[in-house]
This record gives sequence, structure tokens and C-alpha cells, in this order.
Amino acid sequence: MSTAVQDTRAVYPPVTRRTRRGSIFRGGNALVYGIALVVVAVTISPVLYGVISGFRTNTDLSRNPSGWPEPWILSNYSGVLTNSRFWGYAFNSTMIALITTAIVVVAGVMAAYPLARYEFRLREPLYMVFVMGLLFPAAVAVIPLFIMITNDLSIGDTWWGVALPQAAFALPVTIVILRPFLMALPKELEEAAMLDGASRVGFFWRIVLPLSGPGMVTVGVLAFVGSWNAYLLPLLLLRNDSMKTLPLGVADFSTRYASDIAGIFAYTSLAMIPALLFFLTMQKRIVSGLQGAVKG
Amino acid sequence: MTDVADEANAHPGAGASTATSLPTGAAGSAITLRAAPVKSRRRGMGSGPRKSLEIVFFVTPALMVFLVFVVWPVIKAIQYSLFSWKGYGPLVDFVGLQNYLYVLKNEVFQDALVHNLIIVVLSIAIQLPLGLAIALLLNRKIRGQGLLRTIVFVPYVLSEVIAGVIWRQLLTANYGLIDTVFSALGIPTPAQGYLGDTSLALGAVMVVLTWKYLGLAVVLFLAGLQGVPEDLYEAAQIDGATYWQVQRRITIPLLGPTVRTWVFLSMIGSIQVFDMVWILTKGGPAEATNTMATFLYSWGVERNLIGIASAASVVLFVVALIFALTFKRLVLRRDAIDYEPRKTRKAATR
Repeated sequence: MSTAVQDTRAVYPPVTRRTRRGSIFRGGNALVYGIALVVVAVTISPVLYGVISGFRTNTDLSRNPSGWPEPWILSNYSGVLTNSRFWGYAFNSTMIALITTAIVVVAGVMAAYPLARYEFRLREPLYMVFVMGLLFPAAVAVIPLFIMITNDLSIGDTWWGVALPQAAFALPVTIVILRPFLMALPKELEEAAMLDGASRVGFFWRIVLPLSGPGMVTVGVLAFVGSWNAYLLPLLLLRNDSMKTLPLGVADFSTRYASDIAGIFAYTSLAMIPALLFFLTMQKRIVSGLQGAVKG
Repeated sequence: MTDVADEANAHPGAGASTATSLPTGAAGSAITLRAAPVKSRRRGMGSGPRKSLEIVFFVTPALMVFLVFVVWPVIKAIQYSLFSWKGYGPLVDFVGLQNYLYVLKNEVFQDALVHNLIIVVLSIAIQLPLGLAIALLLNRKIRGQGLLRTIVFVPYVLSEVIAGVIWRQLLTANYGLIDTVFSALGIPTPAQGYLGDTSLALGAVMVVLTWKYLGLAVVLFLAGLQGVPEDLYEAAQIDGATYWQVQRRITIPLLGPTVRTWVFLSMIGSIQVFDMVWILTKGGPAEATNTMATFLYSWGVERNLIGIASAASVVLFVVALIFALTFKRLVLRRDAIDYEPRKTRKAATR
């Protein structure tokens, strides 16, 4: 990084006259705000349109698609909220996401520990096995996974049947994020623990685990959001309606009641609330995790 | 909520800083807990069989899950691709490479591959300049910056299914918002809607994909921008550089590694895109928006032609691999050189 900095400095021609000092990064002229406003509008208006249209009647919606609700009605939303299948899907989504997250975090931090802090011959090759996993698109494995989970292991239509392969595909990125994190713990810590007679396992329990909390939260959040939003694997592996997740429910509802457009908007709006809430509370973690993945 | 990137940027370093601030406490408690009988001061933390056992203990869960649910299915896909098989009964009808020939000669698959390549290229061509521009914009000290960042990132956090279902409604003919607005503006709209028109459907899918993933580019670039040292800007300012000079000569070059890695992620994602296409068009109309992933789903799962679908999935994997390796060769190599000193330093400390 530092070399790059010097490069640009060398390339950059020294200019002697100083002009308009301090004005450059204050930002904030009208044009900048204008562009920002357009970006915000384009980004958020489809979502807002969906939420607001959920308060409209279908006749109102078809008469004037771009208008304001006239009248405002609550029946679309209350219809979804009293729909037991909606809650069933939400429950399945929650359980599958929790199981996926638990597997990813526990197995991930355990594997990252020796890969970060043990010296052994197979360390780098083993790490490369997981890194290669980043390159395996889930789509490549879906057909054999379907056959294996449904026929060979007979865990089709179960939470674990979806959570296990999801966790498996989330593990590479987890390990890639956690390894540098664990490597960054200072060597002196380990030496001190060693002098006190701690074993490597003891060091892992008493020191590595507590200190790597933030890293584990990050990979956990990523795994949770990934599982919550997943479509392809659940689509293949969950055939029984009572086991389906929220994205499958949304997709089913939108094709089964294709003419009930306001109802579809209400359904999708309610289905996006958990992900949005989770995002707002965990935003920093998600971003830092993605960034960690990029750096790794 | 406001300082996304600050925190984000602190991440790799954060490990170090928390670690250095905490050890007194943590190590201290270790000391008192283990009131150190001298005999337990084994030499090092051991080597030999005990250490190997520990490694096996720690690595096994992850390795097992990974091997069983990732590596094994990929191997099985290669095996299935050599058989004509419908998914039940014994696997006996060996056909060699015929499935591959079939897939590669199949026009639907060829088109799907082309669509994937179009998505790869357009994603980068659209999102890179746009994402960079928005990131530079948001990096200025403007009011409501934190809120802006949050909003820009919202589409990325929504599930593709939810985003897809909303956009499918927006793009419907006659009653869709976009159709209505465009008609009102006098712009002609296709009778079957944008997603129902063979020549426009892929473009419409591309628009939705851009909406969904632009936020990721912006947030990653913003995080990268936070890593550009402030004094560089000051120095440039003192030298009288204009805003644009600073961006062109300092900011964007320093953002290089972030941009290159984003391009890599975007490419791999574009090659395997499934969810959004499946929700929006199911590969239609008239196969106009198939991707390799929707091809292998509809042939493998809906038509039960496991052999052919597996051959398609192996081709998908090979394409992804070729992209990844070429990119690594051509582009990421430069970053590897950048990082070299850091790596050797790390190696030296251990």
C-alpha cells in the first residue's frame, strides 16, 4: 500500500499556485445534493411503491397505477398477518438461518484457529482447499445435492437438510475472513498463556474465543442474511409446503395469486421487514464482513 | 448507523487493536486461573502426536461439512455428466462425453452462455463507473451522509426473490408503474411488457440486477476510500490541485485493489446468476433470458435429465474457473506484489 502511495505522489505533478484552499472537500453544492437525491429516489422508490401499494385496493391500483392510495385500506396487510402459512414460512426461515449460522460460526472458528496459529506442513494446502471453495458456485452442485439430500440421506424437507449445504457453501468465506482475524492476535498473548501452562486448546477457549467475538459476529451475520435470503437451495430441497421458507412463500404467493397485485405488494413488504431490521441493526457488521471478504 | 465505512475499514486492523488493548485483562485472568504449577510448563505447546490430534479435532467439523456438501456433490456432478440418467434406478447407461456434446451444441445453452457473458460485461461496464461516481459523491462531507449510505445499500440486503417480485409488478404491461409513467411521457412501451418482449427482456433483467447490486459496489468503494490517508488530500490541496485532479490522480489509483477485487466478485456472481432471472422471467420469453444456471435447473429438475444438466453444471464450473484464473493471472497479480512485504513481515513474526 505504501509503495502505491509513493507512486502516485511521484506521478502527481507539483503545482505551485494555491487556489481556493479548503473548498475542495467541503462538498455540498446544489449539484451534489441533486445527484444524491436522484440516487436515493431511484434506489428506494421501488421499495416504497411496494409498501404503499399494499395499502391500496386492486381496482384503485389498476385504475391509476402511479397514484396515491384512494382509499387507504389495511385488509391486504391484515390478510397476510393472519395467514398462518406466512408465519409458518417465517418460522422455517428463522430456524434454518439459525442452524446455518450456528454451524458456520462454530465449525468456521474451529477450523480457522489451527489454520491461523498452528505450524504444520499441510496448513497452506488445507487453507487452499477452503479458498478453492469460493470458486464453486452453488449452482454447480445443486443437482447432486438434491439427489443426495433427498434420496441418500433422506433429510429432504427438513431444516437440517437445507442448513447443512448452506453452511458448507458459507464456510470458505467464513474461514477466509476469520483466519487473518485470528492471525492478528499478538504472539505475546500466546507466549504468556503458554508460560502459565495453558495448552493450545486452553488458549483457544480462554483467549481466542473471547477476543474473536467481533469476527464471529460478522461471519455469523453474513451467514444469517445469506440463509434468510436464499432461494435456489430451498427451492430444490424443500418440496413440502409446511417446510418452505419465506422467499419460497413470496414466490409461490406471487404466482398463485397473480391477479391480487395489492396483496402481493403487502406480502412482499411484510416479508422484507425482518431482513431490513436485521440489516439496520447489523449494518456495520455486514459491511465489515463484506470488506473483509474483499481484502481476504 | 452513520459511520458504516469507518467501522468497516477498521475491521482487519480492529483485530489487532482490540487484541492489543485487551491482553492485559485476558492474559491476566489466564494467569490467575491457572495459578501455574511449574510442572505444567510443557515445552512449547507441544508438537508431535498431540498437536496433530488437536489439528484434526479443530479442522474436522468444517472439513467434513465442506467435503460432504460441496466437494462430493461436485464430483458426483462430473460422474452424472457421463451417464444418461433420469434420477432414479441404477446409474448404468454410460454415454461418455455425449452429454457435453449435446449441451455445447444446444442453442438454448449457447444462448444462455452468451447471456451470462453479456451480464458479466454489462454489470462491470455499468456498475463500475456509476458505483465509483456515487462513492466519490458520498465521500464528500455532505449532510445526511450516513442515511444516504444506508439507503444505497438497502437493495443489496433484500432477498433477490423480494426484489424480483416487486420489480416484476413494476414492469408489468399496462398496470405496471414503469409502463404507466413511460406512456404518460409518450415513450412507447411493448405490448407484452418489458419482461415479455424477447428483445427487451434481457435488458430489463439487467436493469433490475443493476438496481440490486449497485449498492454493494458503492459500499465497498466507500470503504476503500476511507483507507486513503487524509494528509494526501491536504498535500494535494496545498499544491493547488483541483477536486477532479485529486480524484483522478490520487483517489482512484489508490482504490485499485478494492476495484479489482470487486470486479472479481461481480464476475463470479454474474456467471452463476439464477434467483433474479428465475423470479423475473423463468428464462423466457422464448428462452430469451436463460442463464447457465436456469438452463441446468429447468433441464435437471423440471425435465429430470440429470446427465445433461450435470454436463451443463460442469461447463458452468469450468467457465467460472477460466474467468477466475485468467483474472488472477492478468489483474490480481499486481495486488499480490503490493501485498508481498506485508506477508513476509507476518511470516517473520511467527
